[in-house]
Amino acid sequence: MDYFAQQLINGLVLGSIYGLIAIGYTMVYGIVGMINFAHGDIFMIGGFIALITFLILISLGLTAIPVILLVVLLVSMAITALYGWTIERIAYRPLRHSFRLAPMLSAIGMSFVLTNYSQVAQGARVKPIPPFITGGYTLHESPDGFVIQLSNIQIMVVLTTIVLLAIFTWLVSRTRLGRDMRACEQDQTMAALLGVDVDRTISMTFVIGAALAAVAGLMYLLYYGLVDFFMGFVAGIKAFTAAVLGGIGSLPGAMLGGLAIGLIETFWSAYFSVEYKDVAAFSILIVVLIFMPTGLLGRPEVEKV
Amino acid sequence: MPAKPTTGILSILKTAVVNALIALVLFSLMVGIRTEAGSDGQLTYWMRFGELASLVAVVFGGSIVIELLRQWIGPSGTEKLVPPAVQSGMAFVGRFLAPALLIFALLVPVIFYNQRYILDLAILVLTYVMLGWGLNVVVGLAGLLDLGYVAFYAVGAYSYALLATNFDWSFWICLPLAGILAALWGVMLGFPVLRLRGDYLAIVTLAFGEIIRLVIINWQELTGGPNGVPGIPRPTLFGIPLDNSDDGLAARLGIEYSPTHRIVFLFYLILALALLTNWVTIRLRRLPIGRAWEALREDEVACRALGINTTTTKLTAFATGAMFGGLAGAFFATRQGFISPESFTFQESALVLAIVVLGGMGSQLGVALAALTMIGGFELFRGLETYRMLVFGMAMVLIMIWRPRGLIGHRAPTVYLTKAKAISSDLVKEGHG
Repeated sequence: MDYFAQQLINGLVLGSIYGLIAIGYTMVYGIVGMINFAHGDIFMIGGFIALITFLILISLGLTAIPVILLVVLLVSMAITALYGWTIERIAYRPLRHSFRLAPMLSAIGMSFVLTNYSQVAQGARVKPIPPFITGGYTLHESPDGFVIQLSNIQIMVVLTTIVLLAIFTWLVSRTRLGRDMRACEQDQTMAALLGVDVDRTISMTFVIGAALAAVAGLMYLLYYGLVDFFMGFVAGIKAFTAAVLGGIGSLPGAMLGGLAIGLIETFWSAYFSVEYKDVAAFSILIVVLIFMPTGLLGRPEVEKV
Repeated sequence: MPAKPTTGILSILKTAVVNALIALVLFSLMVGIRTEAGSDGQLTYWMRFGELASLVAVVFGGSIVIELLRQWIGPSGTEKLVPPAVQSGMAFVGRFLAPALLIFALLVPVIFYNQRYILDLAILVLTYVMLGWGLNVVVGLAGLLDLGYVAFYAVGAYSYALLATNFDWSFWICLPLAGILAALWGVMLGFPVLRLRGDYLAIVTLAFGEIIRLVIINWQELTGGPNGVPGIPRPTLFGIPLDNSDDGLAARLGIEYSPTHRIVFLFYLILALALLTNWVTIRLRRLPIGRAWEALREDEVACRALGINTTTTKLTAFATGAMFGGLAGAFFATRQGFISPESFTFQESALVLAIVVLGGMGSQLGVALAALTMIGGFELFRGLETYRMLVFGMAMVLIMIWRPRGLIGHRAPTVYLTKAKAISSDLVKEGHG
């Protein structure tokens, strides 16, 4: 039971990170109707920028951890968002009216560019950082000595995710931008006729998605203590699985799917085999797409002729 | 990047400055600062202002050049018509290019007999030509985006390797078996997932490719895991080994043995396999099933409305493509003599896909030329491993932007009405291609 509870905590933390990435996939899919294959690499870039900002701040002599965290968060969100914006501008916007596989192929190319760009720029070796946020709480200690730990970093990951989701939900449901996004999702031509700047809205979608992915990258860096240039690929596919599981196009669905994938992966590693945890995640993707293509919270897709 | 065509030098400069500023922010941390883990595990960093400055300068200059080009060529999106004279000239070249290439391919071992490096490279190119033609059935003809093609390549390679090392079966028995097994896997994967739409299908095939690779890595008792399968038997000329032994081919023919014999044999083997792929594809295109593939690529809904069973149609395309992938895999295993999961990563799938896309999705000659360009280009930049993948990704994006139908792509259906019919505009609505 204690082991189960501990795995539950670990799974929720991992799921929060997946959920943050999955939102980027689901938003872009909802509005543009393409799978942004490079989104996993945006997450990786976010992790790298967070790492570099950490290094600079520390070498400048800053010691107040909350200040460092805040600055790192803002810098990595801003620069990664600019990456998202630029990629949309260069690789996706010219293809918006091309044939249907073109944006996907362009996105695959972009994913290669980003992966190898960071390998060329920062080297192939894994970059570790010392643990910043230490300590935690012991929730429960069983007689046979097993301890349920809740570390501060885990609390921080979950709290940040909740706060971001709250801001994000407010943004989508209450602001002008959110209204434009929902309008574009339903019918781009009609939205444009009614005075919505479709290009700007799509750009903003990529910007927000990339900023959330940057937060996920920072969380990953803090939680696992390392980044490497190849981490975007697998994390990207898993987050996409999460988006599909939750119902692609649905924002709460993406978060729910992220949590589900995180939990499934953690429990699979804990009770079955660590080696096959990725196989489990990918199998879920296949099974969900076959039997439940609309996902948990998605709407059935109507095919227009 | 202004939407309106403006001619002022000032506006060009402004665009270039804005782009350079964006580049400065983008590259500031990732390029301007280099991190590296020291021997004690501590991260250190140093500045690289030179690289940063030159990259920003490149972006600045590049934007000016692109803006100028854009103004000279005119707004993008207007298709330039090729003059009829050039068109007929290209058709003339095109008609003779394929036979010329074929004759050249047949003569390669004669011309380059003593140049082992060129022969090896030619075998590699032909392997990719075959993979490209195999994937072309799936992507180019049937329009199904398959991101996990390497899985079938792996199934074929491991089928041959395991059958040959465990049961001592000959290459010529294992080759069709490898093809059949790969086709079976194609059907097994295809049957449930082919109902999915284009990009969902792409992700599922990608996941399938990764699953196959992960299973190969982890199922150590069967596949040897990351260590791979060593000692895969070399192919024989229908039972006659191509080695230095007494009953080898050289001894039987009474000529002096040379290791080149085996290379030349491998060359003709892959050439035959590739030509088989090509021939089968061309024949299939003339059959109702081939027509159905092309119809499916153009409009799935219309296909269903016309009573074509889309599931079986997709399934046959998938199985055919998978079979050729499996055959190529068996050849790969026997050529290398050693296989490991490292040869079957997603990069390989993307490379084959890029060959098909660059070749113009559906054009057999285009795929062959694209394979030659890609693999030849990769070979030229052999020393720059990471840069070449960077360039490869950029090329993929640029091709999609400039020539989405491929460099020499044509997507003309093999059957069409000879007489053009006037269709009233109210019958034609915004469609989905």
